[in-house]
Amino acid sequence: MDINNIRKDFPILEDKTLVYLDTAASSLKPIQVIDKLDEYYKKYGVNVHRGVYNLSFIATEQYEKARRKVASFINATFEEIIFTRGASSALNLVASSYGLNNLTKDDEIIVTELEHHSHVLPWQNVSNITGAKLVYLPLDEEGRITIDNFKSVLTDKTKVVAVTHVSNVMGYISPIKEIVKLAHEKGAVVSVDAAQAAPHTKIDVIDLDCDFLAFSGHKMLGPTGIGVLFGKKNLLKEMPPIEFGGDMNDNVDKFDASWKDAPYKFETGTPPIAEALGLGAAIDYLENIGLENIHKYEIELKDYTMKKLKEIEDIEIYNLTTDTGIISFNIKGVHPHDAITYFDGDNICMRAGHHCAQLVIKWLEVLATLRASFYIYNTIEECDKFVSSVKQARDFFKSVGF
Amino acid sequence: MNNMEVLYRQVIMDHYKNPRNKGLVQDELYKTIHIKNPTCGDDITVQSKISNGVVEDVRHDGTGCSICCSSASVMSETLLGKSVDDAIKIKDAYINMLTNKEYDEEVELEEAVAYTGVRKFPARIKCASIAWKAFEGTLDESE
Ligand SMILES: Cc1ncc(COP(=O)(O)O)c(C=O)c1O
Repeated sequence: MDINNIRKDFPILEDKTLVYLDTAASSLKPIQVIDKLDEYYKKYGVNVHRGVYNLSFIATEQYEKARRKVASFINATFEEIIFTRGASSALNLVASSYGLNNLTKDDEIIVTELEHHSHVLPWQNVSNITGAKLVYLPLDEEGRITIDNFKSVLTDKTKVVAVTHVSNVMGYISPIKEIVKLAHEKGAVVSVDAAQAAPHTKIDVIDLDCDFLAFSGHKMLGPTGIGVLFGKKNLLKEMPPIEFGGDMNDNVDKFDASWKDAPYKFETGTPPIAEALGLGAAIDYLENIGLENIHKYEIELKDYTMKKLKEIEDIEIYNLTTDTGIISFNIKGVHPHDAITYFDGDNICMRAGHHCAQLVIKWLEVLATLRASFYIYNTIEECDKFVSSVKQARDFFKSVGF
Repeated sequence: MNNMEVLYRQVIMDHYKNPRNKGLVQDELYKTIHIKNPTCGDDITVQSKISNGVVEDVRHDGTGCSICCSSASVMSETLLGKSVDDAIKIKDAYINMLTNKEYDEEVELEEAVAYTGVRKFPARIKCASIAWKAFEGTLDESE
């Protein structure tokens, strides 16, 4: 893995002073992905599934080729891949279609405080409408999901388990495979939020045996506006569509209609075509480097930075044992929004806030955190720059009286 | 390389560390507005008491970054005792100044002038304006 060559693929990095440490929010995009979008718009930028002319045929072929790539990327089958606007839409689809139609007041939904809002609010909604009970898996003292704690809330009433694969604040990897096995023994289905996992770890839905799994293109080198929902074929078959309109129907009469099979019954309207193609190109890019290599490299950068960060006084780190390239921290006594302006001044992009995960921020008992996240285009030199900026920021804020 | 001193002026730090007019009151003569910026977590409540066209009291409370919290304090001091008309003029001039719009430079911003540096940090303009927006809201309530 030659980082300098990789960096050359990212046009935004032509600005040599830029240190981008916000991949967990959205990754940078390589030229291969940008070119793919261009190719669609310049060469066959027409609708899919509709035109009976050659250009539309090419666009449709490309769109479905992207779906095949996604399927093979997570070891699923073609019909199990639904294109959505992003992970949020995908997770909402599960709750609105499966949740609202299968749960009743006697059922329980297990969620966790590690979830992104997009994986807890849809289930809150299901709970409010159906009366099913929302049950929180107690996190351990590090803030992790453990099997023992999962067992403590899993009951015969559990119908759905909504759990994140990788936490976007703590960077912990959840024991998904074991959770799925235990949940299935109780007859519950498991919805996995893989938005932070897909860019960094090999996902195999057959091995995990999860029922639903969602992720976003823009966090894994792909475009914005495209995401994926994987659902097991037999489940998707029974689930009703949640959006109605063109493309998703079969026969339409005045007072009723029939739907196409999955995935199409869940994809009404003109889809994000260029974006789906771009996601395909991003997958090619990731597979070319190899997810194992990506993960190994990220961990190298994270370990290096963590070690140095720990040595700085007045830095509070919230996830010392993080399993991925995500570090959440604060400078003691300095609000993250004050701190972030300092880093911005050094052209270091980072996230400050609650990261759309207020429950874990409350669990941590802080107002907000800073978050640095590392990816394939970051370098050891950037880690050094970041660490020295943290030190200088701390000194600066002390000097002005924080 | 980092021109942070422009932002963190002494006045601002002073008000951040020793906020004036902080703490809310339970009094029907006060109008109360609560504004929350969910992306950054700034959370400010402002109260004003208007009588006979004069800003008799301004109170504030909340949590947030130094720019947000200090500006609530600076605002309260700046507007206290002003006529409502003047308070509106100051508020408008301040907001326009922050957002790089034309503003009446004749209007005396007093200590709030310390926030001119915020203009160089577009991402922080919201922090510096949220308390003032809340004050504006209390006036709307009073009408
Ligand atoms: C863990 C996790 N889940 C879900 C999402 C939502 O993804 P999107 O905003 O692309 O829908 C994000 C990112 O914001 C995330 O980090």
